[in-house]
Amino acid sequence: MEIATKTVGEITIVELSGDIDANTAPKVQELVLSLAQSGSKLLLNMTEVPYMSSAGLRSLLALYRQATIKQCKLVLIGLSPEIQDTMSVTGFLQFFTVMDSEDQGIAALNN
Amino acid sequence: MNLQRIDIHPTDTSPDGKYLLRRGHPLPFGATIEPGGVNFSVYSSYCTSCTLVLFEKRAAEPIAEIPFPDAYRIGNTYSMIVFGLDYENIEYGYRMDGPNDFQQGHWFDQSKVLLDPYARIISGRDTWGKQPNWDDIYQHRSRLSFDDFDWEEDRPLEIPHEDCIIYEMHVRSFTKHESSGIKENWKGTFAGIREKIPYLKELGVNSVELMPIYEFDEFENSRTSPITGETLYNYWGYSTVGFFAPKAGYAATGKLGMQVDEVKNLVKELHKHGIEVILDVVFNHTAEGNEHGPTISFRGLDNKTYYMLTPEGYFFNFSGCGNTLNCNNPVVRNMVLDCLRYWASEYHIDGFRFDLASILGRDPLGYPLANPPLLEQLAFDPILARCKLIAEAWDAGGLYQVGSFPAYGRWAEWNGKYRDCMRKFIKGDRGTAGEMAQRLQGSPDLYASSGRAPATSINFITAHDGFTLMDMVSYDQKHNQANGENGNDGSDDNDSWNCGWEGETDDWGINALRHRQIKNAIALLLVSQGVPMILMGDEMGRTQYGNNNTYCHDNDLNWLDWNLKEKNPDIFNFVKQVIAFRHAHPVLRNHSHFRNCDYVGSGYADISWHGTKAWNADWSEDNQVLAFMLCGKHAKEGTVQDNYIYIAVNMHWDALWFELPNVSGLNWHVFANTGNGANPCFTPGAEPKLENQQGILLGDRSVLILVGK
Repeated sequence: MEIATKTVGEITIVELSGDIDANTAPKVQELVLSLAQSGSKLLLNMTEVPYMSSAGLRSLLALYRQATIKQCKLVLIGLSPEIQDTMSVTGFLQFFTVMDSEDQGIAALNN
Repeated sequence: MNLQRIDIHPTDTSPDGKYLLRRGHPLPFGATIEPGGVNFSVYSSYCTSCTLVLFEKRAAEPIAEIPFPDAYRIGNTYSMIVFGLDYENIEYGYRMDGPNDFQQGHWFDQSKVLLDPYARIISGRDTWGKQPNWDDIYQHRSRLSFDDFDWEEDRPLEIPHEDCIIYEMHVRSFTKHESSGIKENWKGTFAGIREKIPYLKELGVNSVELMPIYEFDEFENSRTSPITGETLYNYWGYSTVGFFAPKAGYAATGKLGMQVDEVKNLVKELHKHGIEVILDVVFNHTAEGNEHGPTISFRGLDNKTYYMLTPEGYFFNFSGCGNTLNCNNPVVRNMVLDCLRYWASEYHIDGFRFDLASILGRDPLGYPLANPPLLEQLAFDPILARCKLIAEAWDAGGLYQVGSFPAYGRWAEWNGKYRDCMRKFIKGDRGTAGEMAQRLQGSPDLYASSGRAPATSINFITAHDGFTLMDMVSYDQKHNQANGENGNDGSDDNDSWNCGWEGETDDWGINALRHRQIKNAIALLLVSQGVPMILMGDEMGRTQYGNNNTYCHDNDLNWLDWNLKEKNPDIFNFVKQVIAFRHAHPVLRNHSHFRNCDYVGSGYADISWHGTKAWNADWSEDNQVLAFMLCGKHAKEGTVQDNYIYIAVNMHWDALWFELPNVSGLNWHVFANTGNGANPCFTPGAEPKLENQQGILLGDRSVLILVGK
């Protein structure tokens, strides 16, 4: 799991590469939560994430909720059709704000 | 300060030095993920030792075999915590050692790796119909599952039983057909059902009964069709491999092992739309068959405990499927209870329908018990307290208990007598009118004297066993050659009539009669007291081309063809309207039996019987006519006000004049008249007034439903 970050205005874009599963999820959680401060805006770019396991979905949701509690706004982009399907079928999709592109994601965060 | 438990550090190492261990907890049974490790717990009354076998996902050979130290054993329970497992990527099983003595009923065999009976995810048949690797020493593998799921505000709906309208559905059959319009990888799955929730709402049913969803092996008894060369499968699934796991091959996410979340999410969505979920459960036998069948789990763990055995050690076969689960053995009883509690609490299931339930009332040697401990236990369990418990009140060993199933005031029954009587009357048999009167009232002859409510009676005319409704009016005989059993399978007592031609025909008159008979059946089913059950596809005229036992077909004999909705719009519309009518009229859904008198002071009895003459029913042997009126002021024992409803049935081959009972202050309006080809029914609430309030000429083989306003 590789994690890269860049900033666009007040938004931090986090680019994840690799599977998110029981082994890699803790690293993702640790990094993203360290960036999540009150008032911060995070865009999680999942384009290079080919697969999320059950543990991966759960830790993504946990991290999403913890960020929200810390008053951070979080948006996901780049979910592959397969992952979106899986998240929809298992009931996870509804909990996230998901956009189709970086621009849309940035617009959503700036609202 | 977050307190950590003081008992989660390892204390021992496995003999191969690879894994850290600790004494485990006997409860809960099965495998549970804990901080840092996994707790495994399994029991056996007769084994002498037990070993945990670990595999990497799909690997041919185990990566580790860890014997349970005897020091960890409590009673007959073997439990152990293993640390450092890659819990998303391992599969586990057990090897049991013990006596191997046929006559004593012991089948311990260390060479077999056994499935955990409490496994919550089972892999090995992750994709439906994909050829398994037959060399695999461990075919059905236990996997670890997460328990958590965000139900938000969801809980079982607790719809009053008499208000339920049940739709019996096969998960794969419902959306597998091309015409379902579902995304390809969702066809034939739990996700597919979710996509069709708008359809179920349009139809108006509020309860779906899913044919078995516990993991089963579609390749059990798989063979080739002698007619088409296609593979025949164990398609219906009445043969359980594991009682705590949903079938992976029914899940769109089965390949990813996410079927637990998929099923829970389906239940949550159905609940959100006011639809209950009933599971068809098969505790009468398992997939291990008789002495020639495979050893998957129970046989190798504790054969003598789990199966009813003859004194010589052979398997009793009250199920007709090779073995019989020893349900009243206390160990097995507890497993059945654990299973149902698990599905009720963790999956929010609203009810259970027990296949061949009479087996659950037999003792270990097969004798019927007067007070079967298992049935009593289920009836009084606190977690199951509001679940519907429905028994198919017979078995394949000669017990037929419709009306006498040990109920403890809780169990409902598939009323086979309702089905038989309705079919006979509808096809015009004489001598059935008297029994019809009982069946229409919720069968008080069977249930009232023991204090059981009308909702005890699950009324059905069709179910997965037997003809579809379209076939019941299109075939006199079964046509089961395609099953490859020389037509020896399937019932011969179909009480069906083909309306003049066997099978498909272009004859307009015959087809019109068939459609009318279907509407007659649906109308009677939905105005009867009790709980109606509709077979998937009957609302569209689904046909199995006369095959009344399609248990082995993975093709369009079973798959619902959604084009039928356009092909038979009159049937769909009629069923939909009659369902809406039932929902609109509580007088059709009483909580208690009729008292046959006026107990609210309306001037009319709660139910009165008529014939072609008002207030004069004809109960003679030859009679093919029946009519009754429900007093709206007696609806739900007088607790709600409803319209008066009059229903007349003419199963004679000629039209007959029915004199209508007069209720002062009310005019009759026509909700349905199946004899009116152009307008067999109207929208509930918008029924047109009958021109002649004195009487009506009701066509041959027709049902009339009037509403008093």
